[in-house]
Amino acid sequence: MHLQTLPWIILFLPLLAAVVITLFTQRDRKTSATLSISAIVIGFVLTVIFIKANSFNPEVKEVSLNWLDIGPLQAEFGLRLDALSLMMLLVVTGVGSAIHIYSWGYMHEDRCFSRFFASLSLFTFSMLGIVMANNFLQMFISWELVGVSSYLLIGFWYEKASAADAAKKAFITNRLGDFGFMLGILIVWAALGSLNFGKLEAGLADNPAALGSLATLGGLLVFCGAMGKSAQFPLHVWLPDAMEGPTPVSALIHAATMVAAGVYMLSRTFFIYTPEALQVIAWIGGCTALLAALVAVQQNDIKRILAYSTLSQLGYMVMAVGLAAPEAGMFHLTTHAFFKALLFLGAGSVIHAMHHEQDIWRMGGLCKKMPVTYWTFMVGTMALAGVWPLSGFFSKDAILAAAWHHSMPLFIIGVGVAALTTFYMFRLVFVAFLGGERSHEVGHAHESPWVMTWPLRILAVFSIVGGVIGVEALFGGMLHPGGEHPHGLAAQLVYPFKHAPVAALSGLAAFGIGLFAAWTLYARAKEDPLPARIGTLSRWMRDRFYFDELYEATVIKVHDATAAVVDWFDRWLIGFAAVRGSAGATSLFGNVLRFIQSGSLQAYAFLLVLGVAVILFFVLGR
Amino acid sequence: MENAQAYLFYVFAALAVICAIMVVANPFSRSPVTSAMFLVLTMGCLAGLFTLLHAFFLAAVQILVYAGAVMVLFLFVIMLLDLKEEQRRQVKSLSLVAGLVSVGAILAIFVRSLIATKPGEGALANVEGSTSKLGKLLFTQYLLPFEIVSVLLLVAMVGVVLLSKKDLK
Amino acid sequence: MNVGLEHYLVVSAVLFALGLLGVVTRRNILVIYMSLELMLNAANLALVAFSRFNNNLDGQVMVFFIITVAAAEVAVGLALIVALYRRRQTTHVEDLNLLKH
Repeated sequence: MHLQTLPWIILFLPLLAAVVITLFTQRDRKTSATLSISAIVIGFVLTVIFIKANSFNPEVKEVSLNWLDIGPLQAEFGLRLDALSLMMLLVVTGVGSAIHIYSWGYMHEDRCFSRFFASLSLFTFSMLGIVMANNFLQMFISWELVGVSSYLLIGFWYEKASAADAAKKAFITNRLGDFGFMLGILIVWAALGSLNFGKLEAGLADNPAALGSLATLGGLLVFCGAMGKSAQFPLHVWLPDAMEGPTPVSALIHAATMVAAGVYMLSRTFFIYTPEALQVIAWIGGCTALLAALVAVQQNDIKRILAYSTLSQLGYMVMAVGLAAPEAGMFHLTTHAFFKALLFLGAGSVIHAMHHEQDIWRMGGLCKKMPVTYWTFMVGTMALAGVWPLSGFFSKDAILAAAWHHSMPLFIIGVGVAALTTFYMFRLVFVAFLGGERSHEVGHAHESPWVMTWPLRILAVFSIVGGVIGVEALFGGMLHPGGEHPHGLAAQLVYPFKHAPVAALSGLAAFGIGLFAAWTLYARAKEDPLPARIGTLSRWMRDRFYFDELYEATVIKVHDATAAVVDWFDRWLIGFAAVRGSAGATSLFGNVLRFIQSGSLQAYAFLLVLGVAVILFFVLGR
Repeated sequence: MENAQAYLFYVFAALAVICAIMVVANPFSRSPVTSAMFLVLTMGCLAGLFTLLHAFFLAAVQILVYAGAVMVLFLFVIMLLDLKEEQRRQVKSLSLVAGLVSVGAILAIFVRSLIATKPGEGALANVEGSTSKLGKLLFTQYLLPFEIVSVLLLVAMVGVVLLSKKDLK
Repeated sequence: MNVGLEHYLVVSAVLFALGLLGVVTRRNILVIYMSLELMLNAANLALVAFSRFNNNLDGQVMVFFIITVAAAEVAVGLALIVALYRRRQTTHVEDLNLLKH
């Protein structure tokens, strides 16, 4: 088999699985799960084979077919395979595989087991489509497919009103961003006449002013798409609500795939952003990181804490891209994929054991009941908090270093967020896993089955070593060719301290401060001491800075008013005047003309003679 | 001689017009049979006019075909159909007026254009419509239409046989 | 007292108009048919007159064809009338208003 067909197989296997499950194996739970899981695991294995055979820089970078030719628009259907997409492919299929396997254990009691796996496979397919797309159009299509399948997954328990609402919210918020994305794509196409990433990049390299006056606007519009998918402020509201989906879905959406798509897209299209656009992107990322971290401090739902943590980390990544360091963003994305998937699956394991209890103040003392979950969760927490030498430290340090070089305010925000991250994560660990049992459910809790713990173990390993296996060098080598990067394990371990000592040390200091604060406040707390100490601010944090309420009062009101106007317009001007009006006029004329059709031959003959007389008068008579 | 021909023309023309009026609007009878009989007379007068125009062959054909065959067919059909009830119906005055207006308009246009163009000016009446000349023309220049017309007659015959079948579906 | 082309044409026009009047006003389909024949004959007269005064025999050939076609037409038309009468028991055009429906 030709090696270039491998990516196609990787891409279409999940789709095939989704189709087969939907059409044929709805009733057979085991077959459905096997199909779905094997599709992504095979995809993972094939990816590894492909990379083994080709290394991260294959000679043939693109495989594409001509799909549509509409005038000047040439739409390809192709795959772009370079270090960026191959690494992302590894992450998506790898983390995805772990989540798929874990889902088997987590979901096995659910009635719609097969539907779940079908949606999961569809989601995987869409995500792979984004990763491998070689042009904007194809990426946009997959982008929308991700939106649809995320809608299906978040609203999986659609009989629950909150889940259905959350699914709608996610979908609509995403659409909002996608609209900007589409406009951005149109601007890029109008200015450069191509949608292919390679051609665009080459064209912009030849003539940096090719985008003209619309360059910043176009870049920001494209960024809008990322803003929706990666849940950046002010479109971040959907992500915490998306926790209504099953926990594996949360893990999949939050860790490896959907939200990462935005950052991935930013890195993929990094070449079109002007410095001004990057500035905006960096600040939006920074604000998102800070806001989300603050909100996370006062959440009590274990999944919501993780959701806001994801938001905050995504803010980090976007900020990294905005600081002209997309390789750092991608690096953080990769490591984050490992430890956030780990944390979510750990949380899922806890929830599973606690019989769907999600409030951390009703847990406590779980470390003895579920040691594997506890230890792996601890690894994830440390990695997220940025403990040397776990993966999170290196990726976060790369971002902080970039901030240090470019913008002091953003650096301070970054360090602050790092401290907050440590604080809320250890708050979670102290409250949920240590201390005494706070409810009798804890007494019945027990370790999850192997099908759930083994993905945790594997992900824990990656969370530990993910920072030093050369991911950053890979992205750096691709996005900034010729740059200097450390080689070898020892060099990797100490590289941050040599490269940007201030950033590395302040990152560690932030960890220390956060851990200390969490320990003093929560190590032996019976209830949350913070509301008593900071009062109003705590309430604001708990209520997510009232963004939902703000949107409720503004966007939704405006939307309703617009809808009312449009409804009036549709009902009276279009429905009544245009549609029924023309129909009425037609029938009126018909009624009048009906009298002429008498069926009497002689009336017709008379009319004919009259007509002949008129014609003759004009031909002869005048 | 000339004068005799002119007198004959006026006699035939007047007769033809009067008979035609009787065909269309007979004040004494509404029966189709009277109409048919007056139509035969009109045909006869037209045959006379043909003769005055030296179209002897056509005059003969006119008598043979129209007065002989066609009108006989008409009379047969009238006899076949029982038409007593039909006679009582009145001609509607509205349709009569409409007909008169439209037909009058057409007639007026004809006559006006005739007066305006005067097609007969300088024309000499010198063509003899003898049988041999007509026959020669029919079998040379107009051979193809002639044959086609024969086929047409055949088709009409078949059609009539088919139409006259009892259970026409 | 010389009889020219115009005289014949006027006779032809009058006959044609009478035929037309019959077609438009009479209600009996048989009479309408006869009026149609009258119109055909008026046209024949005009053609023969033109042929005579324009030194061209083609007009007479045309009349020959018209007579032939008219004979065929009458045969078919009368057959149709008979068939119609068998089905609907009428020769009155006001009863034949199938076109309305």
